[in-house]
Amino acid sequence: MGSRASTLLREEEIEEIKKETGFSHSQITRLYSRFTSLDKGENGTLSREDFQRIPELAINPLGDRIINAFFPEGEDQVNFRGFMRTLAHFRPIEDNEKNKNATTSEPLNSRTNKLLFAFRLYDLDRDDKISRDELLQVLRMMVGVNISDEQLGSIADRTIQEADTNGDNSISFNEFIKVLEKVDVEQKMSIRFLH
Amino acid sequence: DSHLFPFDNLVCILLGISFTVWFTLLLVFIIVPAIFGVSFGIRRLYMKTLLKIFEWATLRIERGAKEKNHPLYKPYSNAIIAREPTSLEQEIKEIRRSGSNRDFDSASEFEMSDIFYFARRGVESIMDDEVTKRFSAEELESWNLLTRSNYNFHYISLRLTVLWGLGLLIRYGFLLPLRVTLAFTGVGLLVFLTSVIGLLPNGRMKNFLSEKVHLMCYRICVRALTAIITYHDSENKPKNGGICVANHTSPIDVIILASDGCYAMVGQIHGGLMGVIQRSMVKACPHIWFERSEVKDRHLVAKRLSDHVEDKSKLPILIFPEGTCINNTSVMMFKKGSFEIGATVYPVAIKYDPRFGDAFWNSSKFGMVNYLLRMMSSWAIVCSVWYLPPMSREEGEDAVQFANRVKAAIARQGGLVDLLWDGGLKRGKVKDTFKEEQQKLYSKMLVGTQEDRSRS
Repeated sequence: MGSRASTLLREEEIEEIKKETGFSHSQITRLYSRFTSLDKGENGTLSREDFQRIPELAINPLGDRIINAFFPEGEDQVNFRGFMRTLAHFRPIEDNEKNKNATTSEPLNSRTNKLLFAFRLYDLDRDDKISRDELLQVLRMMVGVNISDEQLGSIADRTIQEADTNGDNSISFNEFIKVLEKVDVEQKMSIRFLH
Repeated sequence: DSHLFPFDNLVCILLGISFTVWFTLLLVFIIVPAIFGVSFGIRRLYMKTLLKIFEWATLRIERGAKEKNHPLYKPYSNAIIAREPTSLEQEIKEIRRSGSNRDFDSASEFEMSDIFYFARRGVESIMDDEVTKRFSAEELESWNLLTRSNYNFHYISLRLTVLWGLGLLIRYGFLLPLRVTLAFTGVGLLVFLTSVIGLLPNGRMKNFLSEKVHLMCYRICVRALTAIITYHDSENKPKNGGICVANHTSPIDVIILASDGCYAMVGQIHGGLMGVIQRSMVKACPHIWFERSEVKDRHLVAKRLSDHVEDKSKLPILIFPEGTCINNTSVMMFKKGSFEIGATVYPVAIKYDPRFGDAFWNSSKFGMVNYLLRMMSSWAIVCSVWYLPPMSREEGEDAVQFANRVKAAIARQGGLVDLLWDGGLKRGKVKDTFKEEQQKLYSKMLVGTQEDRSRS
């Protein structure tokens, strides 16, 4: 049968992904269909080129950083599990989940993990610190050629000044969390499904 | 070995008889009506019967899935995620306001939380975007007994499998050979007759005969695909000196339109069989074929087109401004070339009914021959054609705005999504200018507030 779903997901796999990410059965099958439609090479994994083929992502100033978030250190291909694990960060936090048993490890879409996703967009070398240089580079991606180096530099300096509490001239994850403690992360970093 | 002889004879006689019967049936029921443009209504009856069978098949699958207690895979025709249409500025202001320690509105020039906007938009487009899904076949909600469109095949019961097998037999054993015969007849007649007509001196007789021959051959081709077409608003049919524009889903679009009216085709000259057909067609009446090298020269193209429309004795030009095949769920950017010439534009909307066979040509997946075989082994091609009222460029409207206006009208009539994206994205990369626009918008948010600050 030559249809797309001839490499259907096995039920066990769907259950595992459900447990790990919290997506529902139908959401997983839909996203699997999406995954296979992006997988032009039909080899069960996505490469960076597969993501770059999405026009709306290609015109996003931080498109490359977001694509990078899907690929673990040093790897060039992401399989469906990895794909879902990263997407899970953007699941909305439902009320009944907030009271779930505290013994299970933190869900991928917790407030902290959402903030971690954003932190990693800034942290280019993955050393768990946002240096002035990294902040400048990301700012440059967001503004293009429209702001001068000096202006951008002073913006970066001001930001680090306000956030840095331990004086190491870079922003750690905890400092990052502190700066953003009032922001409505749950809403702004969540994508709602229609079904 | 002479006792084989009478048997041989018998086989020959039988073959001869069946061949004659076959050919007579073909002639009476298909070719003669094609010549005169009448219809026995056989195809519509066929269509109604098929629909009933499809409904039954879908119900069986749903029942099978319920028995096994599994949720059925339901294809999504609309979006899977909720996307708010808020602008960059609006959303970043909202994010900043929610986390602001200050009293005044959006006074900060940069907040680390600004990145949330880009992150979310980016991941949204990974989950579902408006463009990439237009370049692959639309998914159906009911099953039409074609393996190629079934996603729930482990819920098929025995009865359904038998039906499917029967369908396979009918499609490949009966319909396909019939259709291939018709296709060869249609194309062969086209090439032969147009070449003959080409020998006549130019004049009214030649034009009249050329029209009749083109129509007849296209009608035979329509039957070769078992295309069931409903034409709406035929009073708006394109007239001489005009340009007919339509949305593009497949090469079959040409056959569908040209079997109801006479057009001058535009295109690049190909080699092989296609080239033979093109060269003989142009002997009978003036079509506009370009050499490969000429296609790049926009001025040359524009000049030839405008020369053609100025000659009122020549047929209306048929053009597909999207430039590539789209999957018939949306209309993509119209190239402005045909809208700059200043002729009256006759928009046409073509919408295929995907239940009987998917007409979309995914040229990156299938070659032309493969595609035609798939078309001829589907149940039927069912579509609706709407002739929209003619439009002209208005005062103060440039070619791009005019093109968009025509596109919107076609999208509205056909029930298609109107997109600004370029169909060329099927193969090419998106232009950097779009990213630069976003960067400019965001920069304004950072720098703009600095100006306010220095003022206060």
